[in-house]
Amino acid sequence: MKFDTSYVTSLLNQDHRLDGRKPDEYREIKIETGVSKNAEGSARVSIGDTVVIAGVKLDVGTPFPDNPDEGSIIVGAELNPMASPEFELGPPNAQSIELARVVDRGIRESKAIDFKKLCITEGEKVWIVFIDIYAFNDDGNLQDAASLAALAALKDAKFPKLKDNKVVYGELTDKKLPLVREPVECTLGKINGKIIVDPNTKEEKALNARLTVAVTKEGTVCAIQKGGDYGLSIEEVDAMIDLAIRKTKDLRKLL
Amino acid sequence: MAYTKRFDGRKFDEIREMEAKVGVIKSADGSAMFRMGKTIAIAAVRGPRNLHPRFLQNPEKGILRCNYDLMSFSVNERKRPGPSRRSQEVSLVTEKALLPALNLDDFPNSVVDVFVQILQADAGTRCAGINAASLALADAGVPMSDLICAVATGIIHKDKAVIDINKEEEDYEGGMADTPLAIMPHSGRITLLQMDGEASREEIKSAIEKTKEACMKIRDVQVNALKKKYGGIKDEI
Repeated sequence: MKFDTSYVTSLLNQDHRLDGRKPDEYREIKIETGVSKNAEGSARVSIGDTVVIAGVKLDVGTPFPDNPDEGSIIVGAELNPMASPEFELGPPNAQSIELARVVDRGIRESKAIDFKKLCITEGEKVWIVFIDIYAFNDDGNLQDAASLAALAALKDAKFPKLKDNKVVYGELTDKKLPLVREPVECTLGKINGKIIVDPNTKEEKALNARLTVAVTKEGTVCAIQKGGDYGLSIEEVDAMIDLAIRKTKDLRKLL
Repeated sequence: MAYTKRFDGRKFDEIREMEAKVGVIKSADGSAMFRMGKTIAIAAVRGPRNLHPRFLQNPEKGILRCNYDLMSFSVNERKRPGPSRRSQEVSLVTEKALLPALNLDDFPNSVVDVFVQILQADAGTRCAGINAASLALADAGVPMSDLICAVATGIIHKDKAVIDINKEEEDYEGGMADTPLAIMPHSGRITLLQMDGEASREEIKSAIEKTKEACMKIRDVQVNALKKKYGGIKDEI
């Protein structure tokens, strides 16, 4: 469906947005954990009308030969047509793979999970952490919702019981995952020279460029993804990272 | 040994605690959540809308398409996302269970898409999915002659029928013939009937009769959920 983006642009020239927000303002965010009881951890996150659910499942697997004493994570994202008229059934496409990979990099590169503590028997058995993210309603900025949901689900997760190196599903221990850092992602957009955070679907259609920045508690950046069809200047990238560091401080308080 | 007391203490004709909510997905044309005990289904309807590819179009009336899937973490052992043989069969029987209640004559060349996701599974997921989908179709304003109510009954051969079995009961060692059933509560017609297991002809008939009675309780929950969203609208001009 064609959407006329000129209104978004002309409003933004006066620092106004369609829904009345300031350029650097997020929509209301809600986080609820424990929404799916067969998962080892789960969370539902809404940013305005955007809704995603993330679930964590643990399984026992063999480690990679080059890291025999480390477990690993596998992040997946499903963009079911339930969430948007623009999504289609079928195997993951570029959009859902990018969504999952940017969440994955935030967690992996900040070393959020101590992979060594996922080792059961060196060289033989390690824990594999599956993080699956499902979009339920897309009103823009699935990326930040997905990142928050993944982190909230990881924080909610507990190890299941283990018997003879096999998982006893349905019986959780009290032991939490070795989550040592908490990367939070902030997605910014550039529309006609103006920088905004948390674009909704209408604003996403008007975006010239997009930047997702994953930030640690310490204020360092652990992953970046540039998207969109147009370029950014060094000054713009710097201003966007600065804004992302500021905004993630607020997002972190919700977790 | 006979099954004399249910694992969760319910009566043999008692459905698990139910909860229904209409309008849970804002961008969809219709949507609903339906919970039966620990089984939670979410359904969204998109359409009637244009159907592509064109060779699928029916110039006489609209068509219905259903897609059912378990979310990867809804079950104990992680299920790989994407279609499986099971999910494709369940999608098909869901479609056939809903279709008799719909009138799509006014929507030639169009499609009504129903998407069902199981957020949490404790047996009876296709039935919870159908109950949610029925509400979502009503919420979307698709012309319907009836609601659809579904529940899975277990038949223990030479013993009794057990309404709305959960996972623990599904795995009952004495043998439980899992019998998912959907009916249109107004007309009484059966639109979904499957059975896995062994039972006699008499046992099946009696189980269906008991299930039909239980379905009226599902109907009440569905009607209340619809009233909660639309009850405030008065037919004043």
